[in-house]
Amino acid sequence: MRSLIDILSLSTEEIDELIAVAEDIIARPEAYREKCRYKKLATLFFEPSTRTRLSFEAAMYELGGSVLGFSEANSSSAAKGESVADTARTVSCYADIIAMRHPKEGAPLVASMAASVPIINAGDGGHNHPTQTLTDLLTIKREKGRLNNMTVGFCGDLKFGRTVHSLIEALSRYTGIKVVLISPEELKLPGYLKKDILDAKEIEYTETTDLSAVMPKLDILYMTRVQRERFFNEEDYLRLKDSYILTPEKLENAKSDLAILHPLPRVNEIHTSVDADPRACYFRQVLNGKFIRMALILKLLEVE
Amino acid sequence: MHIDSIKNGVVIDHIKAGKSMEVYNYLELDKLDCTVAIIKNVSSKKMGRKDIIKIDSEMEVDLDVLGYIDSEITVNIIKNEILCEKKKLTLPSQIKDVVKCKNPRCITTTEQELPHIFKLTDAETQTYRCIYCEAKAK
Repeated sequence: MRSLIDILSLSTEEIDELIAVAEDIIARPEAYREKCRYKKLATLFFEPSTRTRLSFEAAMYELGGSVLGFSEANSSSAAKGESVADTARTVSCYADIIAMRHPKEGAPLVASMAASVPIINAGDGGHNHPTQTLTDLLTIKREKGRLNNMTVGFCGDLKFGRTVHSLIEALSRYTGIKVVLISPEELKLPGYLKKDILDAKEIEYTETTDLSAVMPKLDILYMTRVQRERFFNEEDYLRLKDSYILTPEKLENAKSDLAILHPLPRVNEIHTSVDADPRACYFRQVLNGKFIRMALILKLLEVE
Repeated sequence: MHIDSIKNGVVIDHIKAGKSMEVYNYLELDKLDCTVAIIKNVSSKKMGRKDIIKIDSEMEVDLDVLGYIDSEITVNIIKNEILCEKKKLTLPSQIKDVVKCKNPRCITTTEQELPHIFKLTDAETQTYRCIYCEAKAK
């Protein structure tokens, strides 16, 4: 029995295998409609996240399974003071697999130590969110046809943005990746990530505050939201939230086959007039999220 | 200065000068009823100055804790006034309930019965990280 807590617990072969299954699901959805019949997914969301929860639920329904769970801590026994471990043990009696989101870092790991069914980390605070990274990788693969040999720009909040950290870690295992880090000074990628990942794996990277200047180089542009909840100080949030807004004008000198990704939800960092541009992939990315979660559920439930 | 020799007990030697109280606290030696001598700033050929702790009772010393504090420390087991075993320390691969995670976002801050476990992630820099949130041990 295996859980998915951290993207790095998957080998590149396993990630490639998940992507291949997701692509097969996209090509032949009818072949998967009954794969999880009589199986149940529990979605334990101790903090609200409509998108991720609905994506997991849609994934399970499309595999023919069913879903139970809660979408905020107030409607669970956590409100009565039950521990994460006890909740996981209890829900293991009702469900075949659990997707858990929790505001505290490490909560899904605690659950996986106690549960008797696989746990999928659906986001633990600002820490890990492996299914978002899998979604991003599937999107890059589908848009570009490969996961190696490309220049990837990350823009916005690179300090607190966990999706950025995880995607850089995941991409660092592929060859020929160049990274461009675009952020205000205050939201630069933490030094330890530059040292432990980029330097350690000898990945070429540049840091800049100017999005327009680096636009022509990029094959992928990964935009992020400057998240209010990651700041201790409201003033810092208000000062930095509009730092990098993507508009059609800024895309004028971009490559014709650029792929623009965003983990969503966006606030205003991508202007809505960009949505009609064929290079805007973020809504296709949402759809990919459902397919990769279907592939992951199949893998963890060991369904052939 | 004269310190009585030990008949049966433990001598913790080669403690960095000034670190003996830290070792005393980590090993919870205040809970022992036997004689415990903390000897500070002893001259040492190897270290210049060092601290030594002598415990006049047989006890199991948590070597992982000592290895985490300073892997250069040596532990000598004394039986019938004879040094019968000299233990060299290594960096433990994991430490449990030695240090607490200080990350306010870590699950251990709200679930206080959870053990505080840190794993050695970089032996060169002696970096330990919380298994739950990956914050560095401080």
